[in-house]
Amino acid sequence: MKILKLPKANFNKFLLGLNNYGEVHIPKKKSEETYVFAPMEDPSEVALEYLRTVIPPKKYFFKPKEALFKHSDGKNFIEHIEDVNKKLILFGLHPCDIHGLKILDIVFGTGYIDKYYFARRKNTLIIGLSCMPDEKCFCRSMGTDATEDGFDLFLSELKNSYLVTVGSSQGDDITNDMKDLLTEITRKDTNEYLKIRNERKKRFTLQLDISDLPYILELQRESEVWEDLGKKCLCCGSCSMVCPTCSCFNIYDKLSLDTKQTERVRQWDSCLFKDYAVVAGGHNFRANRADRVRNRYYHKQHGFVTQFGKPSCTGCGRCIQYCPTQIHVVEVFNKVRGED
Amino acid sequence: MTPQHTLLDYSSKARVENVMIPHIARLVRVIPMVQDNYLFLFRFEDPHLNETFIYKPGQFVELTVIGTGEAPISISSTPTRKGVLEMCVRRMGRVTNALYNLPENSFVGLRGPYGNGYPVDDMKGHDVLIIAGGLGMAPLRSLLNYILDNRNQFGRLILMYGTKTPDDVLFRDELESLTRRGDLECLLAVEQAYQYPGAHPWRGKIGLVTDLFQYVKNINVPNTIAAICGPPIFYKFVLEKLLKMNFSKDHILMSLERRMECGVGKCGHCAIGYKYTCIDGPIFTYWDVINMPELIEF
Ligand SMILES: Cc1cc2nc3c(=O)[nH]c(=O)nc-3n(C[C@H](O)[C@H](O)[C@H](O)COP(=O)(O)OP(=O)(O)OC[C@H]3O[C@@H](n4cnc5c(N)ncnc54)[C@H](O)[C@@H]3O)c2cc1C
Ligand code: SF4
Ligand code: SF4
Ligand code: FES
Repeated sequence: MKILKLPKANFNKFLLGLNNYGEVHIPKKKSEETYVFAPMEDPSEVALEYLRTVIPPKKYFFKPKEALFKHSDGKNFIEHIEDVNKKLILFGLHPCDIHGLKILDIVFGTGYIDKYYFARRKNTLIIGLSCMPDEKCFCRSMGTDATEDGFDLFLSELKNSYLVTVGSSQGDDITNDMKDLLTEITRKDTNEYLKIRNERKKRFTLQLDISDLPYILELQRESEVWEDLGKKCLCCGSCSMVCPTCSCFNIYDKLSLDTKQTERVRQWDSCLFKDYAVVAGGHNFRANRADRVRNRYYHKQHGFVTQFGKPSCTGCGRCIQYCPTQIHVVEVFNKVRGED
Repeated sequence: MTPQHTLLDYSSKARVENVMIPHIARLVRVIPMVQDNYLFLFRFEDPHLNETFIYKPGQFVELTVIGTGEAPISISSTPTRKGVLEMCVRRMGRVTNALYNLPENSFVGLRGPYGNGYPVDDMKGHDVLIIAGGLGMAPLRSLLNYILDNRNQFGRLILMYGTKTPDDVLFRDELESLTRRGDLECLLAVEQAYQYPGAHPWRGKIGLVTDLFQYVKNINVPNTIAAICGPPIFYKFVLEKLLKMNFSKDHILMSLERRMECGVGKCGHCAIGYKYTCIDGPIFTYWDVINMPELIEF
């Protein structure tokens, strides 16, 4: 593995240099505690201190709303893939969000392949960035607090520099092009990195024990936890929208005003919305809030684990931060485990 | 098949055929069967596709009425008779209404076939008991005709089909003519055979579909596979009967319906517990069904 060092003095030049490879998107501060991934206009905008954006990077690959194809007078359905030729550089993804994308790679790439997702995935470079957890991060429990792949470059912050790990051939090209900004790493850098890692480990305060969790969930299917949660949850769907691994969608047709052209649209949906499992004729297979809440939790920590061997949760803490009624995913599971 | 997280892997996945885009087909004929349940016949515009569109009984397509939307519909025809796809569609809401309003020869979109379909290869060599209630005949007709077209590969074949009245019997002419075949026990029942002037006289039985069991003797239960499809109350009584006869739970095949949007295992809507109806189903064994963590009310 190729690892180099980027002195902080060269960091702005490095960010600017990324413009040569495509449109650079960075974490930006919108307001107190509100961060978003957005296009970089100036390197000074980069919010290096950010921990989590409201909307995760999934929005670049699985768009909140997009046309899938169009149909006009002719016989054919015309494929439409938004941003299919756009080169994108996503700078500043923390390990949990890189894992979020790796989970979506599984969802959209297993069985039938989602061309829309991968058309954009292949045109995007991912540049990771290390982080210091807060009280809502439990990535360490999910095994997503570090990553060995899923990025082109990864920057680990030291006091006066970044370690730059090269994760792909394209990442290698960038470090070759920018070799004037980069230096070799030394023994001292390694030691500094280890010290920071140990410090970081101590900073994790939130923990979720997932060993045996699918089995415990199996036993706790009828637990009152779900009824109670159903009473508290507004089924607003915010937790699905901000979740880096939630990927449900609706499909509908949109007619242009002159009725000459139709678009097939898909749009983010949430399994918590009331009509999610309504079928024609009106029957609702999950009419109760408790059933819908349980379904979300079981999907993440049971169904996905059974199917793919790991949970579809990265421990990013977004759902904890953005739930309007302070539902806390870790507290819920701890209750289910009888550990509260 | 774990993903590679490499550019090569992403590129190859970006090049695949786009499964979300339907094929253009033409609505070639509409045959009224019963009130609000017509048979729609489709042909792909690409003549090649009519030959290469291979499906199994029990699979479904996503049918697009252009400008209105999509709906999952079972294929009622059999893959052994190529050229035309037949679908029995009930008028329910937006998309199905729009389909009923389409003139013959209009273009529609079809994508699929989706779902697992009936395990016809595993069923070969077995006796097959098909039990349908009401509209449940639609997917089962594909299986029935498939078996009839490969008749020597299957054992004894029994069809039991029940509806409320003779006017509700789907494929009535076709099924009545099958009652004359020697290699199929075709039993039809209606709850009420009321007759209005000029009505086609009812020659089947009167009663519930489960009453038809009295007319079939010596079912070799261990060697029989039952394929059943109908409304919830139908499942309740038919399952009770089959279990009393000692049918093994994985010899009972059921077709389940859930909300579907994508048909390809991505949108999440059709999930029951940890299974996706669109890819793991819609055909499930009764054993699968009772082990589905989200309770199904019959
Ligand atoms: C595997 C499978 C096979 C099927 N095979 C057949 C078949 O062979 N023949 C047949 O006639 N039917 C079949 N169906 C049922 C058929 O798909 C539905 O009847 C059809 O989708 C109705 O569409 P619609 O637009 O006409 O109805 P609408 O009532 O307009 O519903 C359109 C869709 O929107 C959804 N929806 C969204 N929001 C709401 C809301 N707030 N309230 C109610 N619904 C909402 C419904 O769930 C429905 O899926 C099958 C279904 C499945 C899953
Ligand atoms: S954000 Fe909170 S209230 Fe809203 S659906 Fe999620 S858990 Fe329920
Ligand atoms: S469930 Fe919550 S903590 Fe887990 S990945 Fe989704 S938003 Fe993050
Ligand atoms: S219909 Fe979309 S996942 Fe099954």
